[in-house]
Amino acid sequence: MANKVSVWTDNRFWQRSAAWVTGFAAVLLIWLTFDTSAQISMGTDADLQNGVTKRVPGPTVINYKITYEMSAKRGHEVPIIGGNDGSGMSLFQEKEKFFGRDDYSEEEAGALLHLGKLGSQTKNCMNCHTLLGNGAYYAPDLTKSWLDPAWQDGGTMQAMTGKSTKEEAMAEFLQHPSTYPTHARMMPDLGITAEEAKGLVAFLKHMSSIDTNGFPRNFGKIQGAVNGK
Amino acid sequence: MASNHLTGIGSESKQLATWYFTFAAILFGAQLLFGLVAAIQYVMPGFLFEILDFSVARMIHINALVVWMVFAMFGAVYWLLPDETGIETVGIKIGKLLYWVFVAAIVVVVLVYIFVQVGPADETSIWFIHEGREYIEAPRWADFGIVVVALGFVANLFMTGMKGKRSGIVTVLMADMIAFAGLYLTGMFFTDNITVDQYWWWWVIHLWVEATWEVYVGALAAYGLITMIGAHRKVVEMWLWIEVAMLFGSGILGMGHHYFWIGTPEYWWEIGALFSALEPLPLVAMFIHVLYDWGKTQGGQDATGQKLSVISNKPAFTWFVLNAFGNFLGAGIWGFFHTLPQVNLYTHGTQFTSAHGHLAFFGAYATILIGMMYIAVQGVNGIKVMKSTKSSIWATWMIAGGVMGMTVALTIAGYVQVLVSRAQMGATWAGYFDGQSGLWFAQAMDWRLIMGAVTFIGFLFLAKDLLSIGKSPIHER
Repeated sequence: MANKVSVWTDNRFWQRSAAWVTGFAAVLLIWLTFDTSAQISMGTDADLQNGVTKRVPGPTVINYKITYEMSAKRGHEVPIIGGNDGSGMSLFQEKEKFFGRDDYSEEEAGALLHLGKLGSQTKNCMNCHTLLGNGAYYAPDLTKSWLDPAWQDGGTMQAMTGKSTKEEAMAEFLQHPSTYPTHARMMPDLGITAEEAKGLVAFLKHMSSIDTNGFPRNFGKIQGAVNGK
Repeated sequence: MASNHLTGIGSESKQLATWYFTFAAILFGAQLLFGLVAAIQYVMPGFLFEILDFSVARMIHINALVVWMVFAMFGAVYWLLPDETGIETVGIKIGKLLYWVFVAAIVVVVLVYIFVQVGPADETSIWFIHEGREYIEAPRWADFGIVVVALGFVANLFMTGMKGKRSGIVTVLMADMIAFAGLYLTGMFFTDNITVDQYWWWWVIHLWVEATWEVYVGALAAYGLITMIGAHRKVVEMWLWIEVAMLFGSGILGMGHHYFWIGTPEYWWEIGALFSALEPLPLVAMFIHVLYDWGKTQGGQDATGQKLSVISNKPAFTWFVLNAFGNFLGAGIWGFFHTLPQVNLYTHGTQFTSAHGHLAFFGAYATILIGMMYIAVQGVNGIKVMKSTKSSIWATWMIAGGVMGMTVALTIAGYVQVLVSRAQMGATWAGYFDGQSGLWFAQAMDWRLIMGAVTFIGFLFLAKDLLSIGKSPIHER
């Protein structure tokens, strides 16, 4: 009997294997993309009104109070919108004034978010900061910056700008960053207008409401852990 | 000894390749220069403040990186096509025209980056200044230009591959380059939803550098082994197909490791962890492949009783071996360090990523593309066996040592950030700056700058060597 050449050294066999493996992986990725796309599509005002939890809530989420709290069920922190029902689920009830209003319509809030998202790109935020953890590492992560203790009532950043609400403090800082230096490394003046700053803060508030599977961990929970501050 | 030396004289495709390599080398220099500016700013924050801010320097640093690599990749394909297919590249006139379109577009884009920097928050800025999306910042008008140039390149590759002899290497390149060009389209839209934005952004970035570019490197390594040490084509191409299966099999779904924390569902934890943990395997295979083939052909030569190196291009082969090692170390090991979600929860968005980015881009891509530049120098000058000059050796060690030094420094900085800013302080503004002001972090940034300067001096040696080595009398002609 002739000593047959093994299929394992046959280039055609490996070429076909490569094609099948690649095709299978690509099909799986596309299928998962359909599922993920449905889950990450932006919610609506009706969702918020009806208590529907979306991974990416609608723009009118800026009318609500947002917090970042531990969910016992999921084992990590989740964004809580409009109050916690006690089990780590959002109640969508407690409102919070944003530049003096908590009744932004879907169009108004959407326009602010649109302006803010455009601003986040045209001002090149991502080449110093990280957004959802992606970007450069020269400045703090912005994922949950809306919830940062420094901007809350009594926080150092809010106090420095002399404003009475965090959205006004953030907007003031964005317009004149090098007037409020906190460290030797400063944010440069990027020519951000008052309206753009308002949009950017809306964008940041909206981003803090996105369900990021518990990233960043322990955000703002531990203060004074270093150097006894 | 491999007698398979190449000549670039008379081939228009190879001439075009040298144009691509030349502009790639210039952009490589620009990448390092702006990287140095950014590194200085970490150490001296007032440096060029509100003149050329970190965001601008860093944008040019990473854009020049991507674009010089794309230029060198296009150049390498134009270089190897006549050898692989046995014919002159089809559509070379259009190829040359598109080259100048590409160069002009890049020059305009960079000038706008430097002199305009930022614009108002509107669509016009997105269209004409930049898109503000890391790595693919190029403004929308340039996106369309890039698509046209890439389509022209792919068309040339396909027409040549179909008309001439279609080797396994050419077949892989054809399939790979069409995916490479097509994927760019997924990054060309604007959305208010940042989760959707980043989901598709990764389709470009990840499926380039962790899938299509890696396969491209596999094809280039196969070509190098055949031409430089006379490795057996059938063996090399069989390995190449196995590598394609492993790279795409792990890399495509390995994309899940970018979908842990951007708003996407939890199932990406498992998918991303599993498949990205497999990503180092093909890189091990590629490493073994290069060294095994080298040992095998050298062993065959030794058995003839004649002590003679099988390598027909010493500096190029040095860079190819560095590629095998650097790809495995930078992309494989440094990538695996932080790819599991349990670890990535704390390392995501820290200098850890930066450490990995530096060693992976260098190890996986810069090395082999520099090697291709040396192959072109050999071909253009009609050299039979090209040897290393003192400059080749200084360039190799200073660049490789400099990048490795930066990587170690950034890794230490990353640890400080993970422990202080993340684990202890929970990633707040105050936590961020506590981490940044730590002594270990500050020292790491000093070392990164020093090692960056070493890398840049190495680049000067490299540039000098590429310009002069062809005329050196030490080679066999």
